[in-house]
Amino acid sequence: MGKPALKEVIPESHPHPLEDLVRMDRIPHIWCSGCGTGSIFTACLTAMKNTGIDYNDFAMVSGIGCSGRGAGYINIDSFHTTHGRAIPFATGIKMAKPETNVIVFSGDGDLFAIGGNHFIHAARRNMDITVICVNNFIYGMTGGQAAATTPHNARSSTTMGGNPESPFNLPLLAYAAGATYVARWTMLHSRDLTDSIEEAINHKGFSFIEALSPCPINYGRRNKEKPLDSLKLYHDRTIIKNNADPGELAIDFRKKVILGKFVDVEKPCHDEEYGRMYLGETNE
Amino acid sequence: MKTVIEGSHAMSEGVKLSRVQVVSGYPITPQTHIIEEIAAFCSDGRMEATFIPVESEHSAMAAIIGAASTGVRAFTATSSHGLALMHELLHWASAARLPLVMGEVNRALGPGWNIWTDQTDSLAQRDTGWLQLYCEDGQEALDTTIFAYRLAELVNLPVMVIMDAFFISHTFEPVSIPSQETVDRFLPPLEPRIALDTDNPFALFQMVPPAFYMEMRESIQRGMDQALAIYDQVEDEFEAEFGRRYGLIETIGCEDADIILVTSGSATSTARQARMELEARGEQMGILKMKTFRPFPVQTVQRALSGAKKVAVLDRNFSFGAGGIFAQEIKSVLQPLKNAPVVFNYIAGLGGRDITTETIISLYEQTKERQAPESAWDWVGLNPYDHQPS
Repeated sequence: MGKPALKEVIPESHPHPLEDLVRMDRIPHIWCSGCGTGSIFTACLTAMKNTGIDYNDFAMVSGIGCSGRGAGYINIDSFHTTHGRAIPFATGIKMAKPETNVIVFSGDGDLFAIGGNHFIHAARRNMDITVICVNNFIYGMTGGQAAATTPHNARSSTTMGGNPESPFNLPLLAYAAGATYVARWTMLHSRDLTDSIEEAINHKGFSFIEALSPCPINYGRRNKEKPLDSLKLYHDRTIIKNNADPGELAIDFRKKVILGKFVDVEKPCHDEEYGRMYLGETNE
Repeated sequence: MKTVIEGSHAMSEGVKLSRVQVVSGYPITPQTHIIEEIAAFCSDGRMEATFIPVESEHSAMAAIIGAASTGVRAFTATSSHGLALMHELLHWASAARLPLVMGEVNRALGPGWNIWTDQTDSLAQRDTGWLQLYCEDGQEALDTTIFAYRLAELVNLPVMVIMDAFFISHTFEPVSIPSQETVDRFLPPLEPRIALDTDNPFALFQMVPPAFYMEMRESIQRGMDQALAIYDQVEDEFEAEFGRRYGLIETIGCEDADIILVTSGSATSTARQARMELEARGEQMGILKMKTFRPFPVQTVQRALSGAKKVAVLDRNFSFGAGGIFAQEIKSVLQPLKNAPVVFNYIAGLGGRDITTETIISLYEQTKERQAPESAWDWVGLNPYDHQPS
C-alpha cells in the first residue's frame, strides 16, 4: 500500500474550496498516492457545487471498493452500500423521492461485475440518476485481482500469466442498454470531466460517465506503469471525439483512446413515465 | 519440517495437494489471499487446474456446481457478504449432492462495515446442508481442507472449511506441509457418483413433485448421519499418513472439571492459555472445542459435557432474539440428560473485538461464582454508553 495523503493544516483564512461538501473530520482519505479517485471525486463535488442546486437536494450512493469510499467523505446524505448494489439503492431513493438528484459514485468492479445486471436495467429504464464510474482497470481495494475492465493480456494477482479475457467497452454497453447521456474522460482531463458531470446532473434521464484512473499500486506495479506513465498515456494517447460511434470506444492504449460525449438524447425517464401512467401526474 | 506461512496460504496449499481441478474465485477481504495463491499456482504450473475469475460470489458457487457436475474436484473460497450472496446456491450444492469444498473466512456482516472476525456469517448458513468444520490455526486449515475432500466424496455432500478472519487467515505460523505422495495415498482420485456423460446423457436438477421431495431431503440427512458414523475411521486414516487428528470435537481436561468452556476457532488457543494460567492458581477449567458444527455431533458433545456442573459457551456470533448460536445447540443436546449442567452463554469478540486470556478467565470466575446465569446471554465487555437506558 502507498502512504496515505498527509493531513495538512488548512489555515482558516484560506479554507479548502470544497470544505462545505467534505466531511473534513474524515480526512486524510484512504486513497494511495498516485491514485486518480481523489481527482475524480473533486471533479464530482465541484460539478455539484457548480449546478447551484441546494446540497439538500442531492444524495450520493457508493458501492464497495476504493471509489466506494467516496460516499463516506461527502457531507450530504450518502450511502455506502453493499458490493454491486449502489444502483438498486439509488433506484429506491429516486422512486421514493423523485425530486432528489441521485449520484452513484463507484468503481468498475462494483458497477460492471458483481453489479453489472443493475447497470443495464437502470439504463434500460432511463432511471434519472447520474452514474460516475472510476475505472482503474482492477479490483484495487482487495489487492489487484482481474476485473471485467482489466485489459487483455494485463497482469493481475489472479492473472499472473496475463489476462485471457477481454474487457467491457463501457460506453458501448451503456449506449446499448439505453443510457441517454454517455461520456468518457480521464482524471487528467479534470475541467472536461467537471463540466461533463455538471451536464450529466442536469440531464434528465440515465447519465453515465466513465472516468479513467490510474491504480499505481495494484495495477501499475504489475504492468510496469508508474503513476506518471499513466498520466502521459492519458495525455498523449487520447483523442477527444464527441459523438464517436460507441463501437469504436474499446480501450487500447497502444492506439488512441477516444474521450468525449457520445450520447445526449432526450427520452422520458422512469419516474416521469410511472407518474404519468400510475399516479395521474402530468409532465410539465 | 515446518514452513512459516499465512493461514490463507495454508488452505491454498491444501487445495493444491488435493489436486483440485477447477477453482473459481471472487475477491473479498479477508479471503482473497486464498484464491490469489491458487491463481498463482495455476498460472505457473504448480497446480494443473483451471482458475475462473468470476464476476461475483453467486457466480463463484454456480461455476463450481457446474464444474463438479462434470465429475471434477472443485473449490472456491469466500467470506461474509460473499457467503451471504451465495446463500441460494449453497442449498443447491448440497441438494445436488456434490462433493464440493469451500474455504470460508469468518467475517462480520454490515452495515457498519467491518472486515474483522465474527462467526455469524457461516452459522447463518447452518441449514443449507453443508458440513461445517471450524479450524483453530493454519495447520488445521491445511489438514482440514484435505480431510474435507475425502469426507465430502465419501458422503456426497459439500463441506465448508472455516477459519477466523486475520487471527488465522493473515497470521503467519509454522505449518507442516505434507508431501504429495502422502496426500495421494489418503485422497485417491475422485470417482464421481454424479458426472455428466455424453454417452449416457441425463438431465440434472429437474422439477420434483411433493411425492419425492421429502425423500430427497431425508437422504441429505442420511449423508450427514453417515459423515458422523465414518468420521473417526477417516481420521484414523488421516492420522496414519500425517500423524495428526482433531476429532469431531476436542476435549481438554473435561473429565473431572466442574466447569467446561465451549469455544471454537482461534479463541480456543486463547482458552488453552487461560486454562494453564487458571491451573497454576489451582483452578480447573475444561475446554470443549467445537470443530464439527454440521453435522452436530450430539452424542459426542453429550458425553463430553455430562459430567460437568456448569457449561460456559463462548459465542463469537449472535442470533437476534435467540442468543448465541453454539449455546442454543448445546442447550438443546443437553436437555434430555439427567442432571444436565447449567449453560451460561457469553457473547464476545463480535466484529473482531479481541478475546484475551483475561476475558476468558473473568468468564470462568463469573461462571464459578453464580449458581445460575442472571440472563439468557451476557454481552461481554460492552462499552459503558451501551448500558445506559434509552
